[in-house]
Amino acid sequence: MDNQIEKDIVESVLAKLLEQGILNPSAKPTQEAANQNTMDTDCEPVTLEPMDFIGVENPHNPEALKMMRKSTPARILMGRAGARQRTASLLNFQADHAAAVDAVFKDVSDAFLAEHNLFKVKTIVKDKDEYLMKPELGKKLSEETKREILDKGEKGKQVQIIVVDGLSSTSIEANIADVMPALIQGLETQGITVAKPFFIQYGRVGVMDDVAPLVACDVIVEFIGERPGLITADSMSAYMAYRPDHNTVEAERTVISNIHRGGTPPAEAGAHLATVVKKMIDNKVSGVKLAELMR
Amino acid sequence: MNLRSKINNQIFTFKSVTDVLAKANNEKSGDALVGLAAETATERVAAKLCLSKLQLKDIYENPVIPYEEDEVTRIIYDDVNTAIYKKICNWSVSELREYILSSKSGQNELLNISRGLTSEMIAAVAKLMSSMDLVYASKKIKVAGHCNTTIGLPGTLSFRNQPNHPTDDVEGVLASLKEGLSFGCGDAVLGLNPVEDNVENFERVMMAIVGVKEKYEIPTQCCILAHITTQMQAAKNGIPVDLMFQSIAGTESANTAFGISASMLQEAREIALKLGTSTGPNVMYFETGQGSEISLDCHHGVDEMTLEARTYGVGRRYSPFMVNNVSGFIGPETIYTGKEVLRADLEDLFMGKLHGLPMGIAPCYTNHMKADQDDQEMGTMLCAMAGANFFMGVSGGDDCMLNYQDTSFHDDASIREILNLRPAPEFEKWLEKMGIMENGRLTDRAGDPSIFDK
Repeated sequence: MDNQIEKDIVESVLAKLLEQGILNPSAKPTQEAANQNTMDTDCEPVTLEPMDFIGVENPHNPEALKMMRKSTPARILMGRAGARQRTASLLNFQADHAAAVDAVFKDVSDAFLAEHNLFKVKTIVKDKDEYLMKPELGKKLSEETKREILDKGEKGKQVQIIVVDGLSSTSIEANIADVMPALIQGLETQGITVAKPFFIQYGRVGVMDDVAPLVACDVIVEFIGERPGLITADSMSAYMAYRPDHNTVEAERTVISNIHRGGTPPAEAGAHLATVVKKMIDNKVSGVKLAELMR
Repeated sequence: MNLRSKINNQIFTFKSVTDVLAKANNEKSGDALVGLAAETATERVAAKLCLSKLQLKDIYENPVIPYEEDEVTRIIYDDVNTAIYKKICNWSVSELREYILSSKSGQNELLNISRGLTSEMIAAVAKLMSSMDLVYASKKIKVAGHCNTTIGLPGTLSFRNQPNHPTDDVEGVLASLKEGLSFGCGDAVLGLNPVEDNVENFERVMMAIVGVKEKYEIPTQCCILAHITTQMQAAKNGIPVDLMFQSIAGTESANTAFGISASMLQEAREIALKLGTSTGPNVMYFETGQGSEISLDCHHGVDEMTLEARTYGVGRRYSPFMVNNVSGFIGPETIYTGKEVLRADLEDLFMGKLHGLPMGIAPCYTNHMKADQDDQEMGTMLCAMAGANFFMGVSGGDDCMLNYQDTSFHDDASIREILNLRPAPEFEKWLEKMGIMENGRLTDRAGDPSIFDK
């Protein structure tokens, strides 16, 4: 159909609807109104409802509800619309799930890696889908990648720090800036040598078993993103092992989990990790055996 | 036995019954992970075609894991009624499908042939069913269970009140528990997943939950979902145990990894009947899920759906009160997308029901899967249409201890309203007495847990 004809028809139909009162004339957006709507940049942006909001209408015992609200991070006391959730709590849930999904599916940005002087390598995983569906592949490095690590990294230092995206890229970007300097400083003040840290994309915990023999370090400290929950997507773990290789079993790894601002704060965690690494080097063990020694 | 099929002039040859069963599966990431899945869409249909022509005796005579090597195979074969099996052993899987869907076949007919079917036959027929087939067939069977109260009666839908807390803090647990009750959730069971699995913690949390149940005279059952050995010890120590919970799987090696065996389950049931606090006769609560054997590397080259059916073969030996399927919980290496979860939920509900089990479903997902709450809600609605006995109830749909998402208290109340389903009869009377429900609808008081704090 010719554009002009189509435009004429649309206009005449709209005019008829207006005439019959089916269309509200004020609802027709004019150029000025549209401009005005986009001009509200001075207003504060709308925000989500605070998570501690109590949405129960006409509660029987408001004081009891306040006590309950403090007792659990569970999504209780949100009230209801019929049997459904109120709009605000529905949006809170969706925002938290979105943060968790983004943490899993987004990549750690190149700008972040550059800022923290981390060079980037990859496991043999092709993409995020394969990473999630085939966990074993996230533990392996190709021969080419191994050469790259030897080329850009450092061999024969006591400690190698690796940063691994795991299941939360967000947690890496949220915690590394605080945790890594604290760890490195803690190690260096104890006279422990530290190789240049680097970043591994699409990695699982077991990737350290490929890295340690390659760079000939004593202890690996691997920072890795934890599977996000809806409460936080920022939580990161530090896995450590003394001279791990392909015979290493999970009981030989030491783990500090729940590193994030609402859990173990990252700077504090870094300082603590330095003392754990020192004990590993002194005792030449890690994991369950180290825990027994430290008891 | 013919293991070849032809589609569009392409001939497909399958290695074994096990291979046909695996390749006939709808897409699941776990089957692809272990290299069992069909490689093309046409190969998948070719496997379904081949499977449709196999006779039930072909499946019977070719167990996916040999009888001598696996306790689960022995449970399944030892429990088959041979008279009924002989009547139907010459049926093809296609004929079995059409018998199940036939207007002449109702619950009685289906529960009768159920006694002559191995779990692998039940898996086979489910592989020839579409989503609506599965709902249509599931709807025909509803098996009730009785512990202290009855759940699974026609026209009812019950819920487990799941008040989990990241540190098992009693005040926090009770806050969620009361909120769930105020939404009408808890007629299946008041059941907590503990963070710490030992008898002391079991007693502490159990006594808190039993305290609420007794104070408000709630007609239901209580359960702390610790390992079954912890619950057995608790019962021996005189701590109240209504129901014995355990996760079970479809191979002996996976059950060994769970720290259980057939004899242990038998012993647990006997302890519950002898030392437990409930009326019975159904005193067991099982959880299952497609892919657990794969994630434990205990699959023996068998696809995850067939192994799930075998899990129900284990479950039915112990006359459970409830069997809950949590396929979406296992992880993306076994089930990756919302579509895969929905399919698994419908398959599992049907396969459980055809085993004669009192089935419920937890349509759920973790945050590293490609699924969201819309998929979760669709799973709940479909499985409710298909006549699930129960769902979970989690505050806001977010389990803050196990870090996954499941059916919420709101969804529980909603799905009853949408489908005109009622709570278990004793529980509905209690809800009316508490002023939470009237004529099957929530009152203005509902959703306010402080009605339990005078």
